[in-house]
Amino acid sequence: MGYPTQYRYSKDHEWIDVKGDIATVGITDYAQSELGDVVFVELPTAGKALTAGKTFGSVESVKAVSDIYAPATGEVVESNATLQQKPESINTDPHGAGWLVKMKLANPADVSSLMDAAAYEAYIAEKKKEASA
Amino acid sequence: MDSGNSPNTPTIRKTALNALHRRLGAKMVNFGGWDMPVEYPCSGNLLCEHRAVRSGVGMFDVSHMGDIRIHGAKKPGGALAAVQHLTMNDASRLAIGQAQYSAMLYPSGTFVDDVIVHRLGEDDYLLVINAGTREKDINWVRENTKGMDCQVQDLSDTYTQLAIQGPRAAEVLQKLTDAKLGTVKNYWFTHGTVCSLPNTLIARTGYTGEDGFEIYIPSDVATSERVWNAVMEAGKEFGILACGLGARNTLRLEAKMALYGHEISDEINVWEPGLDRYCHLEKGEFIGRAALVKLKAEGLKRTLVGLEMVDRGIARDGYRCVDENGNEIGAVTSGSPSPTLGKNIALAYVPLAMAALGTPIYVEIRSQRCKAQVVTTPFYKRVKKPLAVSQ
Repeated sequence: MGYPTQYRYSKDHEWIDVKGDIATVGITDYAQSELGDVVFVELPTAGKALTAGKTFGSVESVKAVSDIYAPATGEVVESNATLQQKPESINTDPHGAGWLVKMKLANPADVSSLMDAAAYEAYIAEKKKEASA
Repeated sequence: MDSGNSPNTPTIRKTALNALHRRLGAKMVNFGGWDMPVEYPCSGNLLCEHRAVRSGVGMFDVSHMGDIRIHGAKKPGGALAAVQHLTMNDASRLAIGQAQYSAMLYPSGTFVDDVIVHRLGEDDYLLVINAGTREKDINWVRENTKGMDCQVQDLSDTYTQLAIQGPRAAEVLQKLTDAKLGTVKNYWFTHGTVCSLPNTLIARTGYTGEDGFEIYIPSDVATSERVWNAVMEAGKEFGILACGLGARNTLRLEAKMALYGHEISDEINVWEPGLDRYCHLEKGEFIGRAALVKLKAEGLKRTLVGLEMVDRGIARDGYRCVDENGNEIGAVTSGSPSPTLGKNIALAYVPLAMAALGTPIYVEIRSQRCKAQVVTTPFYKRVKKPLAVSQ
């Protein structure tokens, strides 16, 4: 699975897709494969404030809980309600149907400090090398 | 950042099958100092592995576990005396070829480790112990049998131990051995030729709540890989999958089997997890007996219960349990989604007054109080088929 070039990526393996001042956020393919089969997702309700770098929910597999970190500051507009019944979408389509929240960005320029697809792919290649050492 | 090269960093240990697991692309984890597979993407990962064991067959590399042989007494009964002194179950009830679940206790009546005791011969016993407590256990056994008439042998590195588990396990293993598996009852064992390896220990034991066998083969890489591959080949028609520690945990939790460091530990006594039936006070002296008698007279303060989540949320190891007023009443020892039940389950220690079935218990899950209720355990019990003796 490739990493969409129009997305930006955080060190915590979230992606953000900006369209104007609304952005969609999810976890990356690397993150879902590390986590395993997702069985449970905890997401904030609309209106909740998000602060860049702070946790705003969690994604759980059978064996682990993974906090999710806001890649930017803003406010939740919508959480992906389908994930309650179908949390496995995060595994099968992490960059699309497995999106977590849509948020209104406080400052769209924040996102430019995140990694682009090429930088993120290099970042996880490093991580994979460390893991197999 | 610790580079791992400091003198105090122990090197991670590997079983003989480590290279094979990595070739299979297993996700690896450090378990008690061992580099072990937690799940195999080629098996479809944890949920697939778990289901394979419940409905067909799966295989685990459990070579990280330890093995202590107690034998070689000058006078008959010396080894038995040592085993009786060290463990809480009554080993004198064992026939040759029989095994029992037991435990070694501290003088306080708390757990050194749980163990499966196998009677190999007239006065010859094999204790199979946990991976994380190998050194502690062997030192404990040596210390506490000093001056006793027996020899203690650490055979932990001698064996590769494979657990073949599930309703089809017997059919798989039967293809590879001349031993008549149909005559081996649950918690009994035999010796037979397995994959041309003579005199191989084949035990009808396991940690999954399913029928299954554990085989003990020489620990050289070539033999270990050959046998692993032979089992996988023999199991193909039954959909055998390689299974890791992730599924091992969900399977044993559903079957309410204790895990050292969780349901049992050096701070938990025998009565609290309800392991009474494996503790035979009447057999005579053993380490911890006096404390257990006293504790029994004092009465239980807390007890292990099964929980099923009512609210959305997964209770996990170590999460606090509170009553409806928010008072802390205990903690979760093990918790996870249950693949078989489709519910989130847990084991927890709670006060006796809150142990009745249906009692609401609240689990603190990341600062939210989520409701659970006390349910019967084990959460899952396999349907036992009558033993086919005529194989």
